[in-house]
Amino acid sequence: MLYAVLCYNSEEAVFSWTAEQDAKVMADLMGVQQRWAHKLGPTARLMPTTAATTLRKGEPPLVIDGPFAETKEQLLGFYTINCEDLEEVLTFCKELGAVNPGGAYEVRPLHFFNNGALPADAVSPRVAESA
Amino acid sequence: MSDLAWIDAAITSARPQAVGALLRYFRDLDTAEEAFQEACLRALRNWPQKGPPRDPAAWLIMVGRNAALDGKRKSSRQTELPPEDQISDVEDVETPMAERLDGAHYRDDILRLMFICCHPDLPATQQIALALRIVSGLTVRQIARVFLVGEAAMEQRITRAKARIAKAEVAFEAPGPVERSERVAAVAHMVYLVFTEGYTAGWETAQARAPLCDEAIRLARLLLRLFQTEPEIMGLTALLLLQNSRAAARFDAEGAAVLLDDQDRSLWDREAIGEGLALMDKAVRHQRPGPYQVQAAIAALHARAETAADTDWAGIEQLYGALEVMTPSPVITLNRAVAVSKARGPAEALAMIEPLEAPLAGYFYWHGARGAFLLQLDRKAEAREAFDRAIAMANTAAEAAHIRGQIDRLTADAAKAAS
Repeated sequence: MLYAVLCYNSEEAVFSWTAEQDAKVMADLMGVQQRWAHKLGPTARLMPTTAATTLRKGEPPLVIDGPFAETKEQLLGFYTINCEDLEEVLTFCKELGAVNPGGAYEVRPLHFFNNGALPADAVSPRVAESA
Repeated sequence: MSDLAWIDAAITSARPQAVGALLRYFRDLDTAEEAFQEACLRALRNWPQKGPPRDPAAWLIMVGRNAALDGKRKSSRQTELPPEDQISDVEDVETPMAERLDGAHYRDDILRLMFICCHPDLPATQQIALALRIVSGLTVRQIARVFLVGEAAMEQRITRAKARIAKAEVAFEAPGPVERSERVAAVAHMVYLVFTEGYTAGWETAQARAPLCDEAIRLARLLLRLFQTEPEIMGLTALLLLQNSRAAARFDAEGAAVLLDDQDRSLWDREAIGEGLALMDKAVRHQRPGPYQVQAAIAALHARAETAADTDWAGIEQLYGALEVMTPSPVITLNRAVAVSKARGPAEALAMIEPLEAPLAGYFYWHGARGAFLLQLDRKAEAREAFDRAIAMANTAAEAAHIRGQIDRLTADAAKAAS
């Protein structure tokens, strides 16, 4: 079964990490990803919600600065992963959580998945080496 | 990350909101800071055992407020409030508190806290020191290290600045729209000052002051989160991110300043550039340009150029032209002249800056740019003279070293020509 793992955390706290703390967390997360590499699909870290824009559908559609939802913890990234069952995804989440304090992971099974054809180096300012 | 590091980050990020709210309750900065301090001490005792609360800011506000009220009650022999380890578990106590915080106060509390640091009577360095102490929560020792002064001297400076703002009338009712936008503008400028204090440092001080740049970016993001639709705040945040993206390339191994043209662009921070460009994209949609947006647009043109030769100097010249109209200043004209020299040659650029001698005769960059234009025009003797004057006005050793390099090259050329 394919799942999305949506990463929520307080971005104010995350963006208060020092560069060293941030680098450490990212390196540790990369370690977890490497262990699960054979099961992982596209993975992303999102820019802060201050960079977000929301299009509210309607006639005409309304473009609003900022994230869709004002929440205490923000959607800061996501994984896609192919797992046997929920237990296995939760194991993955626990490993992530052990190196990335605070916040929560939301596990959502996928209805539809398209891996796309976008070459990774065409998009991202920082691309994982062994995605 | 250890528990303590996480708690530290949670407290740091909750600080502006918590101290801002406590300031509104107690209407006195010292009381608010002491209450927050007490709450932090209790958080350090309580959170590692009980786990962090869902809303650290709400927890700190409630515990801080209770602690301060408790202190007052004790002194008047009244009953104590419940201890904080009971509070943190009780969802139904925390939830309405958190909901109240989400209301109208949140934004104005933080804005007020930032705004009191911008008192016009305070010189820029004191505004910066105060903001770092009150809003960012840096210790006096950390701030002293940033400014390369002794701890006692910095303590005195901050105490004096606080005394000054204590005497000033701070409005505690919610500001009207005009006053709010004035406050936002003043705070944006203060954040910009924090950044430039870190960014204009020479290499010797750059290490010590780099945290100022990071802190300014954090404050700019905070301000933008409060005022999501303000294009100038998007511009400010983008400007700081784009400037700071070059930090790793600005000095060579010996500590000499590396000019933009000569920087190793592979050292530029692509994530910061990406975020800066994304914010500019958002800002442009508003079609309400302002000085921060224009400066960010200039930085964006540099960031987009893969090599120095790819730089869109004509575009940069236009943007400096726009900036000149918004905020006329000889320094901006000087910057436009540098773009002109790249786009259309040194003769026109030199003609632009010659009339600026009166206002800029004491300005390092005017002499430096004039020397560079003269050198490009092969007027070596005059260039030498201009560089000599520049070196006398250098603010940092790195600036002096850069001009020294130019002079050395001139001298070497002259020696070669003579032999």
